Amino acid sequence: MTYRLTEDQAALRDAVRVLADERIAPRAAEIDRTAEFPWDIKELLASHDILGLPYAEAYGGLGGDLLTVCLAIEQISRACATSGLILAVQELGSLPLILAGTDEQKQRWFPDLAAGKLLIAFALTEAEAGSDVAAARTRARRDGDDWILDGSKRFISQGSVADLIAVFAVTDDGEGTPRHKRLSCFIVEKDMAGFAVERIEHKMGIRGSPTAELSFRGVRVPDANRVGGEGEGFPIAMRTLDRSRPGIAAQAVGIAQGALEVATAYARERKQFGRPISDFQMIAGMLADMDSQTEAARQLLYKACVEIDAGARDAGRWSAMCKLVAGDTAMRVTTDAVQVLGGYGYIDEFPVERMMRDAKITQLYEGTQQIQRLVIARALTARP
Amino acid sequence: MRIVVLVKPVPDTASSGERLRPDDWRLDRAAVPAVVNANDEYALEAALKLTTAHGGDVVLLSMAPPAAPETMRKALAMGAASGTLVTDPALAGSDTVTTTRVLAAALRGMEYDLVLAGADTSDGGAGVVPAGVAALLRLPYLSYAAKIEPLKETETVRVHRISPTGYDVLEAPMPALVVCTQALGEPRYPSLKGIMAARSKELTTSALADIEGAEAAEPTTAVLGAEAPPPRAATRVVREPAEEAAKQVVAFLVERRIV
Repeated sequence: MTYRLTEDQAALRDAVRVLADERIAPRAAEIDRTAEFPWDIKELLASHDILGLPYAEAYGGLGGDLLTVCLAIEQISRACATSGLILAVQELGSLPLILAGTDEQKQRWFPDLAAGKLLIAFALTEAEAGSDVAAARTRARRDGDDWILDGSKRFISQGSVADLIAVFAVTDDGEGTPRHKRLSCFIVEKDMAGFAVERIEHKMGIRGSPTAELSFRGVRVPDANRVGGEGEGFPIAMRTLDRSRPGIAAQAVGIAQGALEVATAYARERKQFGRPISDFQMIAGMLADMDSQTEAARQLLYKACVEIDAGARDAGRWSAMCKLVAGDTAMRVTTDAVQVLGGYGYIDEFPVERMMRDAKITQLYEGTQQIQRLVIARALTARP
Repeated sequence: MRIVVLVKPVPDTASSGERLRPDDWRLDRAAVPAVVNANDEYALEAALKLTTAHGGDVVLLSMAPPAAPETMRKALAMGAASGTLVTDPALAGSDTVTTTRVLAAALRGMEYDLVLAGADTSDGGAGVVPAGVAALLRLPYLSYAAKIEPLKETETVRVHRISPTGYDVLEAPMPALVVCTQALGEPRYPSLKGIMAARSKELTTSALADIEGAEAAEPTTAVLGAEAPPPRAATRVVREPAEEAAKQVVAFLVERRIV
């Protein structure tokens, strides 16, 4: 692998960084306070083609490799984790289609998704099926050329603002059917009768990103909206997570970098005992650790992206490792950033308390850190 | 219509680092990253708006050190169609007279309806090059434009020139040279597609010998010395709510007999 970004990757990263600094950072505190989805930021990302990054050029996208998508998520999240998640979820929701969709399905939806005219969400988790994905109870039963969906999904990021939702439902619960062959994937359109947003969760962090409970009451979905074969839902979901977890790692690295920058600037300006507090070794040492840990997480993420894009057989291990390390790094670095700022870090005059609240989610969603360890350990012990 | 925009890479003022070489007081361009001169971006934005409205395309012209193509790419990413960079070891240390002559010579070999330029550059800050270029090429010179309106039927350009009391309306035959101001509107951010497209746009590098009539001359000016601005005195920051803050600011000014 190359250890440097290509000129294109560096140029795209820098362009997103400027946009994040100048247009997104000034909105971040308000997005957090009001807990309203930032439609203006969605428009901003769309108008600069950023939402087109995950899609092939043939469908109006930029054909961005995984690393480029992650560079963008990282830069946006450095300013605002909620805004970074807009791109991450757009990619997450689209991955079942990218991985298993037909050309007709891609032609139908990708141009509008790439242009940001449509948003898509990913609905796998249920109230009783979190880490244990295969325990899902939402059902889809055949009815002529259609499927009828019944059930509910919980903790669905952007579920209430999405136009399309990739829903995983049980299509075969026969006694002899293995757990990993019970699910199939469907694209539900928000206007379909029987689909409803039940409620929006009240959250600790990423407050501008609506996390929804969705219900499906006899939703009629044409078979043309089925993604992949019957019974292939579970492997599609797992392959999706193999590619999407780096996006969360990128969000985590971005949050950590943002907190490091605030803490560093503060430590240079804040004077106590007649000197900037960055002169004190205990503070300087914290900053050095924060920087080193963030860089280590970033490098693992970039390497994971390259390995996954190159078709590594242990893609799941790479993606779990980069999210595990980045999520824990974001939590530690943001907590330390609050510590560097002292009392000022605990109040909303500075952004680090928000970043600390935002960081926590990266240890929870798209698989808890415990699940990441399980994935890594399985890959490790399954080796000959 | 075809518009040539004069652009100059300048050191990024947002970056830190020593900028003046201690031996000859010249800018150490290698020590700091370069960006497109901010005022030139306003000119480029104005040019892009004009070609969007009236058709045609925008080309860039720059005289700069050989490392400049990267900076030019950023301007191409905003939407310019192509660019020409005049670079030559003989031009190192040129003053505004040489710059003016070289840009004028390069423009003689180009076709255009308008030449747009920024009001001045954030490094040299002389602000005389556009006027000099217009004079050498005998182009109408319309400065400090707040509005630019090409009139097709008369083949003229009408400009609102900012004046101390408002604006003057000037009209001149095209081709003409217009100096742009920030009143024309904020420069756009390049889109990601724009950045990707910029990689394959034509960016020509020309040496002095490639341009008829261009030559480097002995500088007519010399820098005798330079000093960093004095460090800013202790700053008092008022963080109270607006009404209370206003009282404190007024009290501060009154105390020092400033108001």
